[in-house]
Amino acid sequence: MAVEKFQEWYENRHAYQTDWKKRTGSKIVGFFCTYTPEEIYYAFDILPVRILGSHEIQDVTEPHLFAMFCPFCRDVLAQGLKGRYDYLDGITIAQSCIHLRQAYTSWEIHKNPGWSHYLPMPNHVQSPRAVPFLVGEYEILIKRLEDLTGRKITDSDLNKGIEIMNKVRRVMKDIYEFRKQDNPPITGLESMYMTCSQFFTDAREWLPVAEEVKKELETRKLERDPGKRLLIVGSENDDIEFIRMVETLGERESVGATIVVEEHCTTTRYFWDEVEEGLDDPLTAIADRYVSRTPCPSKDWPQRTRLQRILKFAKDFNADGAIVIQQKFCDPHETDIPFIRKFLEENDVPTYFLEFDVTTAVGPFAIRVEAFLETLDQEDDLF
Amino acid sequence: MAKYPTEPLKCWPKAKELRQQFYRNFSEAKEKGGIRWMGSAWAPDAVVRGLGKDVYSVTGEPYGASCAFDKPLSAKFLSAAENFGFARDLCAYMRNYWGSILCNEYALDKGKFPKADFAWSQHICCSHAKWYQNACELEGGNVPLFCVDVGAGAYPPFEPEMYPHRIRYVADQMMDGIEWMQKVTGREYNDELFLEAVWNDMRLTSKWAEICMLNRATPAPLDEKTIYSLYVFGVLEQSNAEFADFYDELYDEVKDRAARGIAAVANEKARLMTDTQPPWGFLNIYRYMEKWGAVSVGSLYTFGLAGTWLYDEEKHDLIPRAMPDKKPATREEGCMMLADWHLSKPEYQHFYHPEYKTKMMDAIAKNWKCDGVILHYNRGCEGLTVGIAENRLGLLERGNKVMAYEGNMGDEREFDETATINRLSIFLESLGLKIED
Repeated sequence: MAVEKFQEWYENRHAYQTDWKKRTGSKIVGFFCTYTPEEIYYAFDILPVRILGSHEIQDVTEPHLFAMFCPFCRDVLAQGLKGRYDYLDGITIAQSCIHLRQAYTSWEIHKNPGWSHYLPMPNHVQSPRAVPFLVGEYEILIKRLEDLTGRKITDSDLNKGIEIMNKVRRVMKDIYEFRKQDNPPITGLESMYMTCSQFFTDAREWLPVAEEVKKELETRKLERDPGKRLLIVGSENDDIEFIRMVETLGERESVGATIVVEEHCTTTRYFWDEVEEGLDDPLTAIADRYVSRTPCPSKDWPQRTRLQRILKFAKDFNADGAIVIQQKFCDPHETDIPFIRKFLEENDVPTYFLEFDVTTAVGPFAIRVEAFLETLDQEDDLF
Repeated sequence: MAKYPTEPLKCWPKAKELRQQFYRNFSEAKEKGGIRWMGSAWAPDAVVRGLGKDVYSVTGEPYGASCAFDKPLSAKFLSAAENFGFARDLCAYMRNYWGSILCNEYALDKGKFPKADFAWSQHICCSHAKWYQNACELEGGNVPLFCVDVGAGAYPPFEPEMYPHRIRYVADQMMDGIEWMQKVTGREYNDELFLEAVWNDMRLTSKWAEICMLNRATPAPLDEKTIYSLYVFGVLEQSNAEFADFYDELYDEVKDRAARGIAAVANEKARLMTDTQPPWGFLNIYRYMEKWGAVSVGSLYTFGLAGTWLYDEEKHDLIPRAMPDKKPATREEGCMMLADWHLSKPEYQHFYHPEYKTKMMDAIAKNWKCDGVILHYNRGCEGLTVGIAENRLGLLERGNKVMAYEGNMGDEREFDETATINRLSIFLESLGLKIED
């Protein structure tokens, strides 16, 4: 099955990337946040790869990051400090949260690959001033990438980058459509492997596999009871073990579940929105896409626009309930969570809140998720 | 026996009165037919001044710090915020502030929390705009909000140049903010008042930097515990003419103290610097240090939060930013000048890279002749502790003696006073000091 290829890529990201470099002779730049305009990197024939953690308990970041910063940023930095990405030609971050920024700056200080770039992605994305500002920043980025590669790009190169990334987004959305079915032919776990593997591979090599998966899903039937349909809302949540635990609960307990959609930056916030193609000014088109995409909560003001998107997902994917996951110490999400929970409850979406640490064992969460699933079955109060 | 003469600050009573009046103005604004607004300490308040002379603010951070002084009240506010569903690791000022709204209690006069007519702030750490977005919602959802994003990149020399589009981005948001303010208040905007306020902002923040320069003297004419009560004017409202005038007076007095060798701490033997906000409910730790003959002469926090400086790479020094040659003449020019001025704030630079802050801190350590650096790993403020662990490593590499303690500026549950005193004692002893009876 083609779908298994995603898992293989996810588990062997470093092997893939070192092999890619050897095969193509091109450069690889690691990025820390989904606000990085991958289109521009593809225009330069650079492979942008997202740096995610390894979900292990680690002991190397303590001198570099104060303990009140999120476990995800510590996990990410550990990858660099442990030398797992020594093959990178550069690193970059687009301004989002200050937690992850520290992973980037510490990496730059201690494991500098020779090229690094901080992109001040605007925070005031609801302002008409954000796009022109971002275009100015992209122009600086392009000059820096010219330094890295020794080549110049044209609008046609940028259009190529846009086309690659839009194809990725379209096929992901097409595959997500299958998750709306009563018995989805693809699990939440497989979907997570799909989106994450795209972070780690050349989109041009990932796309044919994704197209094949799309075809397979038309006839695929999974021999499992989907159980309750869950929406996950959160920040950076590529926690494969957690999703596996939730989706296999039904094999051990009286209640089971399938994650049918997520609103977080590993999946939908990353790929849901496309760049408008065919415009005269591709750089502005790219900037417009990153400014108007579903925002990280640190940029979602003065209006809290995420709420409607979350509710639409809950409805479109027919979710029975939502698990709101808070990455421990994640300030941007912590400022939104009480309002998200209230909003979902007011709109009849039962909600459960979990504070999470990607580097700790998943076991203790099982009983809590199970308890939540049981509440979804209760139709009336006992008394 | 005292090594140096000391004397109280003559302008201390005036400082106290100005501070109290500021908070009273917010509380009593409606009685005077005025307007109330809420926002962050770094909000470009000069922009609001164009709405009239009867427009008063409560500034979130100093308000949160004031709550922290009253530990039982703060505990009540923090609990209220947590009961609402906010995580307890969020900014402690913010939780005190939200708690005040939820409890409908104003910490400064124990009356009802005065509802603001609008919120005007800036955004650079993850929480600034979210603070007021949530405050507006907790107030019933009918308080309009405008925030200016100042996360437009570091200022030279930390970047090769100040790119024009970055200043333009911030200035244009201010221009939009002016239109928005007129709409939400129904008031006509007065450019003259605005331009005067821009000038006052620059005057005040430049003068504060000049005052801090005077603390290079030995003995230091000011200690940091006192500085906390004085820097606050540059935090409460930078464009306030009365505050700017007060800093002129303060400058003269501190200059005179330095010239006459008047010390803040009579037995000054060692000079320290700190970092980030202190645990506000436990400022006695500064008095404890004095028993050892140690005076904290300041920090990038107290120097840079209220002062505008430029880092001189060649001299490895912090230099007060000079006032522009001439006042702005138009609204657009005012916004451009204000944007450029604010983007150069030293306390904005570390948001982009800890190395920038390490350089500035090391410059303070060297030029203010500090024997040691005390870092507060402040669980209450992610914005000012961002990169602090790398600052520690960088300062050690540059030959500084560094001590760190963990605490919280506004949540006493996260500060261990006894353990901190023990740690301080060991550090001060390692500097060759002995406690005096």
